[in-house]
Amino acid sequence: MMLFRILALVVCGLAAPIYAQDGPLRIEITEGVIEPLPIAVAPFVAETPSAASFANDISQVIGEDLAGTGLFRQISQSAFISQVSSFEAPVQYADWKAINAQGLVTGAVGVSADGRLTVKFRLFDVFSEGPLGDGLQFAGTTADWRRIAHKVADQVYSRITGEGGYFDSRVVFVRESGPKNARQKQVAAMDYDGENLQPLTDASAIVLAPRFSPQGDRILFTSYETGFPQIYEMNVSTLTRRALDVPAETMTFAPRYAPDGQTVVFSLAEGGNTDIYKLDLASNRRTRLTATPSIETAPSFSPDGTRIVFESDRSGTQQLYVMNADGSNPQRISFGQGRYGTPVWSPRGDLIAFTKQNEGRFHIGVIRTDGSEERLLTASFLDEGPTWSPNGRVIMFTRETAGADGAPALFSVDISGRNLRRVPIPGAASDPAWSPLLP
Amino acid sequence: MTHLTKVALLLGVLALAACSTSADRFGTDPSGGFGADGIASSGIGDPTSAGYFQQQVGDRVLFVVDTSDLTPQAQDTLRGQAQFLMSNAGYTAIIEGHADERGTREYNIALGARRATAVQDFLVSQGVAPNRLRTVSYGKERPLEVCSVESCYAQNRRAVTVLGAGVGS
Repeated sequence: MMLFRILALVVCGLAAPIYAQDGPLRIEITEGVIEPLPIAVAPFVAETPSAASFANDISQVIGEDLAGTGLFRQISQSAFISQVSSFEAPVQYADWKAINAQGLVTGAVGVSADGRLTVKFRLFDVFSEGPLGDGLQFAGTTADWRRIAHKVADQVYSRITGEGGYFDSRVVFVRESGPKNARQKQVAAMDYDGENLQPLTDASAIVLAPRFSPQGDRILFTSYETGFPQIYEMNVSTLTRRALDVPAETMTFAPRYAPDGQTVVFSLAEGGNTDIYKLDLASNRRTRLTATPSIETAPSFSPDGTRIVFESDRSGTQQLYVMNADGSNPQRISFGQGRYGTPVWSPRGDLIAFTKQNEGRFHIGVIRTDGSEERLLTASFLDEGPTWSPNGRVIMFTRETAGADGAPALFSVDISGRNLRRVPIPGAASDPAWSPLLP
Repeated sequence: MTHLTKVALLLGVLALAACSTSADRFGTDPSGGFGADGIASSGIGDPTSAGYFQQQVGDRVLFVVDTSDLTPQAQDTLRGQAQFLMSNAGYTAIIEGHADERGTREYNIALGARRATAVQDFLVSQGVAPNRLRTVSYGKERPLEVCSVESCYAQNRRAVTVLGAGVGS
């Protein structure tokens, strides 16, 4: 089974029906959107009889993607005055203005005799009465219909916000079942919205914190299958895996890839002392990056590969530090109340997400890489382990409830602290890690 | 150890393996790790048995929040463990370090490693051969008690010495 079906996505520009002129349809995410932008996703036109159900499902997923960001409000189809029955027909702007749709997405879906799916779409700025960007056509197999829908939604999101999208992405995580004192865990992957869930390991050993490679083709995770925590690398297409080459009688955990995908940074515990190491996957050459009697763990590279953020209790409590990629010049960046852990560098490079423990509560927060402008985004009994969406605008994390029946679930929140949502997957789950945007 | 003792010990192990494992150090262990191979508690009257070690000597010590310091009570327990291990040279042991749920996952693994090593170092200081001991940390992955209050957390911040058979065997 393949995690990412190779999507031979053919993207073509379509001739603009009128003139391509960028209108004022725009959301500035950084300013914190209070009022979602009303948008109409017209049911996509089925160009062949067998395309009807795909057309319906694709329009629905596009609408859910956009509304799920909290930045858009989808106008109910029952309110529509115009029906879009032909992809090339002129847009009746007055009809869309009348229902206060600021953006309009139209599209058409065709399925060829050999099972190829083509999806065309256009985005219109209703109040400027013109298209926003060019029409585009995506082609793939019918099995890829969700990915194509996500790609259309990414285009719409991107054109209106000026940011990269994140809908056509996967999340690798740990599925959990069983009682709290004998929890069974397995590595699994899913689309960002919880669909297409695929187990990647069985539940025979404790597994922790899977992480995607920068190319999304491999994952790292920690497994207790030998009885001791050890890091494995898995190819997500073939599901083949291997243990990383580390010294015997040590415990290794908390791995992450460097942006080059060829270097792994991780923690190694030996003689009760946990430090951070770097491993070159090609040569198996290992370099020690920290050498203190304190706990150093949870390393995460900056997207340019020059620096590493990590947590350490060298000051007496867990705090965040940034050091050069060779381990030199560590600088503490967290100075607020409480304990800070699990730092993760944003793919945009501008922020570091972290877990904070203070006065009996756990928070997900973000801080600038120089330690300024700390902001807490969430609060609960136990929130931990943030991961960034590919565009650095949304954070997914683990939220665990208290008590004997307590269980973890995956949640997401945007970096303004709004739009807190539970990822709709059945059962308990923890330790999410977002893939890059898929090709 | 004589050949005969070795055989006796092996038979004992086999007999114990036939018992249902109480494995109460972290409940039923599905991990397939050393936990599943732990020796069941039975025959606690026999001062050379794993059951005696677990229940009479005491197989675990508890820790204060976010520390790996051995309390005086923990040291008493560990002196007993060291004495047992030195009198029963056929056993090896894996020391499992654990943390409560009030910490982040990675840190708790590191903290559990510290706790297990604190126990190992103490046992070695009492004369137990280092090559008979190994450590592993489960972090917060295997709580013993499942409630979310301090009375449970206190039981979960632990290091458990789990006996195995056959040094050098």
